[in-house]
Amino acid sequence: MASLNRFVGARVKRTEDPDLLRGRGRFVDDLHLPGMLEATFVRSPHAHARIKAIEVSAALATPGVRAVLTWKDLPASAQTRIPLLTPNPAIRDPRTQYCLAKEEVCYVGETVAVVVADSRYVAEDAAAMVEVDYDPLPAAAELTTAIQPGAATAHSGSRDNLAAQVKMACGNADEAFKRAAVIVRETFTQHRGCAHPMEARGVLADIHSITGQLTVWCSGQSPFLEKKCLVDLLAWDPVRLRVIHPDVGGGFGPKGIFYSEEAVVAAAAVKLNRPVKWIEDRREHFLATTQERDQVWETELALDSNAKILGLRVSMIHDNGAYLPWGIILPWIAVTTTPGPYVVPNITVEARVVFTNKVPTTPVRGAGRPQGVFAMERILDKAAGEIGIGRDEIRRRNLVQPAQMPYEVGFIYRDGKPVIYDSGDYPACQAKALELADYAGFAARQDLALREGRYIGIGIGSYVEGTGLGPFEGAIVRVQQNGRVTIQTGAAPHGQGHKTTLAQICADQLGVGLDRIDVVTADTDAISMGIGTFASRITVNAGNSVHIAAQAVRQKLLKLAGFLLETAEADLELTDARVSVKGVPGRHKTFAELARTAQGMPGFSFPEGVTCGMEHTEYFSPERSTYCNGTHVAEVEVDIRTGYIKVLRYSVAHDSGNLINPLIVDGQIQGGVAHGIGNALFEWMGYDDNAQPVTTNFGEYLLPMATDVPRVKMAHIETPSPLNPLGVKGAGEGGTIPAAAAITAAIEDALSPFGVKLTQTPVFPQRIVELLKAAGAYAKDAPRRKPVPA
Amino acid sequence: MADKRTITVTVNGERHQREVETRMTLADFLRHELILTGTHLGCEHGVCGACTVLLNGRTARACLTLAVQADGRSVTTVEGLAAPGGELSPLQQAFWETHGLQCGFCTPGMLVTLTEFLNENPAPTEAEVREVLTGNLCRCTGYQSIVDAALLAAERMRARV
Amino acid sequence: MKPAPFTYHNPKTIPEAVALLGKLDNAKLLAGGQSLMAMLNMRYAMPDDIVDLNDVEGLAGIELRGDALYIGAMTRQRDIEISPVVKTHCPLLVEALTNVGHRQTRNRGTIGGSLCQLDPSAELPAVAMAMDATILVQGKQGRREIAMADFPLTFMTPAIESDEIVTGVLLPLWPKGHGHAFVEFARRHGDFAVVGVAALLVVGASSRIGRASVTLCGVGARPIRLAEAEKCLLGAAAGPDAFRAAAAHAGAIDAMEDVHASKSYRQQLAETLAERALATALERAVPKT
Repeated sequence: MASLNRFVGARVKRTEDPDLLRGRGRFVDDLHLPGMLEATFVRSPHAHARIKAIEVSAALATPGVRAVLTWKDLPASAQTRIPLLTPNPAIRDPRTQYCLAKEEVCYVGETVAVVVADSRYVAEDAAAMVEVDYDPLPAAAELTTAIQPGAATAHSGSRDNLAAQVKMACGNADEAFKRAAVIVRETFTQHRGCAHPMEARGVLADIHSITGQLTVWCSGQSPFLEKKCLVDLLAWDPVRLRVIHPDVGGGFGPKGIFYSEEAVVAAAAVKLNRPVKWIEDRREHFLATTQERDQVWETELALDSNAKILGLRVSMIHDNGAYLPWGIILPWIAVTTTPGPYVVPNITVEARVVFTNKVPTTPVRGAGRPQGVFAMERILDKAAGEIGIGRDEIRRRNLVQPAQMPYEVGFIYRDGKPVIYDSGDYPACQAKALELADYAGFAARQDLALREGRYIGIGIGSYVEGTGLGPFEGAIVRVQQNGRVTIQTGAAPHGQGHKTTLAQICADQLGVGLDRIDVVTADTDAISMGIGTFASRITVNAGNSVHIAAQAVRQKLLKLAGFLLETAEADLELTDARVSVKGVPGRHKTFAELARTAQGMPGFSFPEGVTCGMEHTEYFSPERSTYCNGTHVAEVEVDIRTGYIKVLRYSVAHDSGNLINPLIVDGQIQGGVAHGIGNALFEWMGYDDNAQPVTTNFGEYLLPMATDVPRVKMAHIETPSPLNPLGVKGAGEGGTIPAAAAITAAIEDALSPFGVKLTQTPVFPQRIVELLKAAGAYAKDAPRRKPVPA
Repeated sequence: MADKRTITVTVNGERHQREVETRMTLADFLRHELILTGTHLGCEHGVCGACTVLLNGRTARACLTLAVQADGRSVTTVEGLAAPGGELSPLQQAFWETHGLQCGFCTPGMLVTLTEFLNENPAPTEAEVREVLTGNLCRCTGYQSIVDAALLAAERMRARV
Repeated sequence: MKPAPFTYHNPKTIPEAVALLGKLDNAKLLAGGQSLMAMLNMRYAMPDDIVDLNDVEGLAGIELRGDALYIGAMTRQRDIEISPVVKTHCPLLVEALTNVGHRQTRNRGTIGGSLCQLDPSAELPAVAMAMDATILVQGKQGRREIAMADFPLTFMTPAIESDEIVTGVLLPLWPKGHGHAFVEFARRHGDFAVVGVAALLVVGASSRIGRASVTLCGVGARPIRLAEAEKCLLGAAAGPDAFRAAAAHAGAIDAMEDVHASKSYRQQLAETLAERALATALERAVPKT
């Protein structure tokens, strides 16, 4: 019997929204427990220092303070370094930080001590009285100097700052370069800032007074990874440790890793036998939540006389900060993304991962792909310019064609599997984006603008993204004795609307409305195993688990109903939470009745072929990642006298396979583009020569506002993935990935009368003015132009 | 000894009398004294707008207001926007339909800012909506669906009158 | 990010407020709170006492007093922004305010608070400077008036005694038909001006400039009246040539250098914005016949 397909593919309103709209969200700081204490952390003010002594007596004596803990006060199990969750043999120094610094601090903001008090106000008063005697050490303050021989090392006792070196090749790039007709070279210095979800991090830990269960609520993206770490660090019985992510106010990647504060707050709750809550404030988020930051890309492209790519060589250095909590996933993804949607027969990429005395870097929306895309898209633009063909045309000549799918790139992806683009029509996607953007009409627009004294430009950015990362995300679909349907999953939503999309998938299989389905997410007691929400993986993993589990439950409903109604399954239908005999009104069993029967009664055997319970657990495990793709076109205007840049139009053609809820996907793209605009034009996380952060509030670090982000014009192409039953791919990061490339290309195009080249991101107005000045744009006889309306 | 005052604040029409430390912010008072947790803290330095409430009918950042400054005054929070029977306001309903929220953390502030704005501007342009929203940051939506919600709500409220 | 402890005072009258300031060593005045509260939350400011002016009688109000506009120090920026009196008589102030922060900030922020904060990029001090405002002050010694030109003492510090509060500002009005423009460059809407220009023009018979005021903010510790630019505008034919010449003076100022902008970029902005502001002011001027 075909599924109803009433919900999958429809623009359905989210079930999460009414509570959130009423202010009834339950974010971790909204949770209050009797006797709850609040914590604040004492953090290193130095980028690199040895700790000589810590004096806590004055802090401890403050009225209202319950505890002041340092490394030595932690249980022995928590005195080790926090786990490195993604090991890789290429890592020379798999170093992570201690829960509280033991002897050495390696970035400004590293946790040194925790103060637990009756209120956050009092805790901060006391924290100011904790005296730490530091012996400052030389800091590895900046990426390009930290990698030089003889540079100050980020960790004392280290020989150098090279954390890992990765080299990957396919074909023979050196040979390809030898026979190239055209070689184009450029060095791109790229900076991506921080995640900055509107809700910063937070943890609440509580031991139940009767059961002794330790429950940890955390604003996170991966409850099972968190539980895994806490079990080890607290030497706790896994059966009595529960991790829950309640409502989470955005994540974008960094909330998915494990942090020292999580272990310390839990340890404090255990030690004091009282609930302890720590809420990260925004300043702490700037200092101590992971971010992406800097990479330098030496990029070379070899082409033949028809502008077909022969080879690509990339040598990249990456600032990973002081530790490697997420291994080298981020730089790995960055370099393996570089070939993009193009046929690049010979590639050599090399990444050197460098320690600096800054907060560690881990993936932020896009996860290194923006940088790989930037290098490829911009070097293609440069090649097009030198060869004298259109930027759209050079791409057209090199795109992987649909007939070449599945297309093996030649690299190994972060999941240990080969990079194989499974499906997608890249030429159609580019064509669609160019059509949305009226690319064909742009030359005339640009001409007209120039005659009016305005400078506008257009830029293209395309990407391919590995999504649906395994190994699994499970779901239990269960019909309850009251007839309601429950989905329990390890997915950990923080804005993606999982509860709605997963319910849509289930509803189609069971023939019920969304209002009959309850979805439990991000709770380690709700399902046995899980991974979490990041890397655009949930629709593929959890979505298919729900799909398969719901199909299995449908079969169980039919089988049991068939037996009880003495009717062949082919004559039954599922509607309105009942299994009914087709065409015979009144002959049905309700879901509730069937669930109760399946619960079993002592002594009554189940009939042949009927198993107990009206539920099914499925852990869908993808064979490998499935690749989505997109093309972005940005149109900008530059005020050449102030350097102000305005994004006039933004178009996206996007293919992430079958869409469960296009309304939600549109939102992901629009939000992703906003983040990309931030990366291109506004966001810079600055450090000085002593690795001191210099942008530590929202006045200094600029996020895009409603006046900075235009309406994104979107077209969805749906090339189903052949790698999962639903034919879906991930969609959460595509909006961000090529944005900086497209926008930078557009700015350069706008300034082409002056020959200005942009090889750095972000692009700030002052930089534009400096480049224009150097190019002679302000010479005495240069005509004056009109301002850009803000 | 902590400096304390007894204050009386009317919040969403209900009077509350509490003794508070004078340094306590209005945001913390609402969230932790009255357990009205709909008003959120995103930055505590007056940029993100997640803490926006109405203070004597005008939007104010609750993180930049002391609780004692609300003494004798009235505050409206997101919890006070729906109708007494629980029906969503036209603005809340519009947000739901346009997918004007994803994680929901900035949403209360957005709703309060737009409630004040639409009361004064029943027929705003898209540019005017974007301009008033610059006092509220969102990291999830890219703003378009929020703008659409405001315009949709305005249109419906004009049709009602 | 919670404030350190302090003792809170909310006087009801100006003499009460003055008396408090007179006896407290380490006190800060709380007006709109849009600057001070952020500093308290971040513990960049840790006063022992806070003197809240929000309950003080008689500190807010907008009225014409002869040829000047009087605005009480605790008048909310939003009230000034929407005041018909201000719109008619002092449109420069309204335009400047549309650049000040965001709606929530202007609902609470006050003109007195902004003037006393003297942030180098703030718009209101620039307007006060542009209009040769008089700052009204009251302290233990009584009342006095300070010319705006003498009001900034040093970086973010007004030339008032520790027991004095600013009670209001008098803005001498420009004649009916004057042209005005406030133009600024900011990274995003509502951000602090990197550089801002306040321009006022009176255009007389045969399009000659009868009076001009050109003021820059964001280029140094205090707003700068461009006397040289004003001199070269006086008597000149109002138009692009005169404005370009005046703007060149703006571009030559010794602008400050910091993490937000270099000196030369500020100079470029000053020149560009001055030219644009003057052009806009001309469009709005009604020439005297």
